[in-house]
Amino acid sequence: MSTISGVFKKLKKEGKKALIPYIMAGDPSLNNTENFILELEEAGADMIELGVPFTDPLADGPTIQRAHERALRQGVTLRKILAFVEGIRQKTKIPLILMTYYNPVFKYGIEAFIKEAVRVGVDGVIVPDLIPDEAKDFIRIAREHGFDTIFLLAPTSTEERIRKVSTASKGFIYYVSITGITGAKLLMDDSMKNTLESIKEIAKRPVAVGFGISNPEEASLAASLADGIIVGSAIVRLIAEGKNIKGFVKAIKEAI
Amino acid sequence: MGKIKNLPDSKGHFNEYGGRFVPETLMPALIELEQAYKKYKKDKEFLAELNSLQKDYIGRPTSLYFARRLTEHLKGAKVYLKREDLCHTGAHKINNAIAQALLAKKMGKTRIIAETGAGQHGVAAATGAALVGLECEIYMGTEDMRRQALNVFRMRLLGAKVTEVTTGSRTLKDAINEALRDWTTNVRNTHYVMGTVFGPHPYPLMVRDFQSIIGKEARQQILKAEGKLPDCLIACVGGGSNSIGLFYAFLTDNMRMIGIEAGGLGIQTGKHAARFAGGSLGVFQGCKSYLLQDDDGNVLTTHSVSAGLDYASIGPEHCYLRDIKKIEYTYATDEEALEAFEVLSNTEGIIPALESAHAIAEALKVAPSMPTDSIIIVNLSGRGDKDVQEVARIKGIEL
Ligand SMILES: Cc1ncc(COP(=O)(O)O)c(C=O)c1O
Repeated sequence: MSTISGVFKKLKKEGKKALIPYIMAGDPSLNNTENFILELEEAGADMIELGVPFTDPLADGPTIQRAHERALRQGVTLRKILAFVEGIRQKTKIPLILMTYYNPVFKYGIEAFIKEAVRVGVDGVIVPDLIPDEAKDFIRIAREHGFDTIFLLAPTSTEERIRKVSTASKGFIYYVSITGITGAKLLMDDSMKNTLESIKEIAKRPVAVGFGISNPEEASLAASLADGIIVGSAIVRLIAEGKNIKGFVKAIKEAI
Repeated sequence: MGKIKNLPDSKGHFNEYGGRFVPETLMPALIELEQAYKKYKKDKEFLAELNSLQKDYIGRPTSLYFARRLTEHLKGAKVYLKREDLCHTGAHKINNAIAQALLAKKMGKTRIIAETGAGQHGVAAATGAALVGLECEIYMGTEDMRRQALNVFRMRLLGAKVTEVTTGSRTLKDAINEALRDWTTNVRNTHYVMGTVFGPHPYPLMVRDFQSIIGKEARQQILKAEGKLPDCLIACVGGGSNSIGLFYAFLTDNMRMIGIEAGGLGIQTGKHAARFAGGSLGVFQGCKSYLLQDDDGNVLTTHSVSAGLDYASIGPEHCYLRDIKKIEYTYATDEEALEAFEVLSNTEGIIPALESAHAIAEALKVAPSMPTDSIIIVNLSGRGDKDVQEVARIKGIEL
């Protein structure tokens, strides 16, 4: 069983939900990122999503777009992030998931990327602009190396898409709570509840909800409907403002 | 030369190019669009409506004009111009925009959005929205808004909301990112009118089909005028819609076809938009294609004097047609395009769009060495009114 699956299994046994914070690697510098990861772990994060900066982040709203820009200005690249993960593995075992657009991976070479990611201790990857239909080689190679591929579902997803994404996903499924981009306002209604229920029924895999969760109340509600929650823009905003993230993440942890 | 396959396949692939690289949220919309397009392209009522708009509204067929004085000036091949500049709103973009606006209406959408670089597609989409009665929002980079101020005003007159894009390089690619973000958010009631043969399937296929009327007409027109097919076709390539529009009806014939990319300040300067000369395979804004990118897969900023060619990637079908050596690709620099802009204005009394001036520049290069009984058709994709101010600025003339 993969590390990520192990975490979900353990949490389930304890009746708990996974807290998965997102930060941009290299925002404002890779040194800071190391501190943030350790702080997030202390604050109760169960795994961490590390953003890989890209020039054209089309699934991201303004807050995370600006984080991409800041990290790019630092010269942070996928290559540097992989080396960084190798370094931080001396200090923490917390599962790390890269969130990267497809082109940096494609340019690196799919197989070369997966091998190196596994070697340095990355546990899985989320690629917001890669759908299972275009990911046959990617999934095959990832399976060969025991690397988790986490695909996304959305409120617009049909049953056919839910089946496809479930088969392609390992570790968990990322449910995008809204039709929209990161940082948009969360809208929790019955339709979200219904979609999540049908996903859980079809998928038989852990589902984590992300996009738009910005405070403990929303976190608590979203967590009640899923196996875990992802909090991104709200943390990235604190980092951009130079504020402490530990207290905020602790409060989220206590709420779920 | 390879044999031409009937592409794309059912998933939108032109061999290894094309496909669908989008957030999952958009997948149902793309499938819905694909199915609607499949249905309506055979729907008699839809086709009759489109046909009548092409004729009475756009002004088709556009003429195929023999450029006598340009030909005399070049002392070689006879140069014909396919006059897409005479289309309503001044460029070929309207062929696609009207068809997609009509399709959006049939699909029950209440709103369309579009990206624009030169502003021609934005104007065309705003026109289509006004014509069929849809709400319309256009995304445009601030750098392009400056270069194409006239078109910004036109779009607003047409009732569209023009939203400025201040991220990244503030040009076409950033406008596409913003349009895709909007579409992801408002996918249920909104249709995205992509302006060229790019993006996720079915856009490269659908836009090609809507533009292929250019070549269908040109083929008939040249056979009528000359009793034979041309020896060479030339068109500029931004995303690649006017070029594929002209070339498509001739693909099974035997002749030279040349696509002209933006050479900007020259390939070695890095300030250009020549994807084939300077790019490599990548995945960008919905499809796999040639891309101007760095070693880490980040997208490079491009440069061209013409906003409509200033784009980091190119339609996937062009990659396929280049691989099988059906179409050749080269580039014209800013300087060459600006010279061609003046040559055509002086010899023929036709001010071309700066995009189209890149195609004219190639004709200036190849025509003189061709026999006088040979024929070139240049796609004059748009008229140059929108560029007059920018050209004056470049020449240091205050208007
Ligand atoms: C007049 C004109 N020609 C050409 C282009 C380039 O686009 P495409 O390659 O899709 O024809 C544009 C784009 O804005 C344009 O306005």
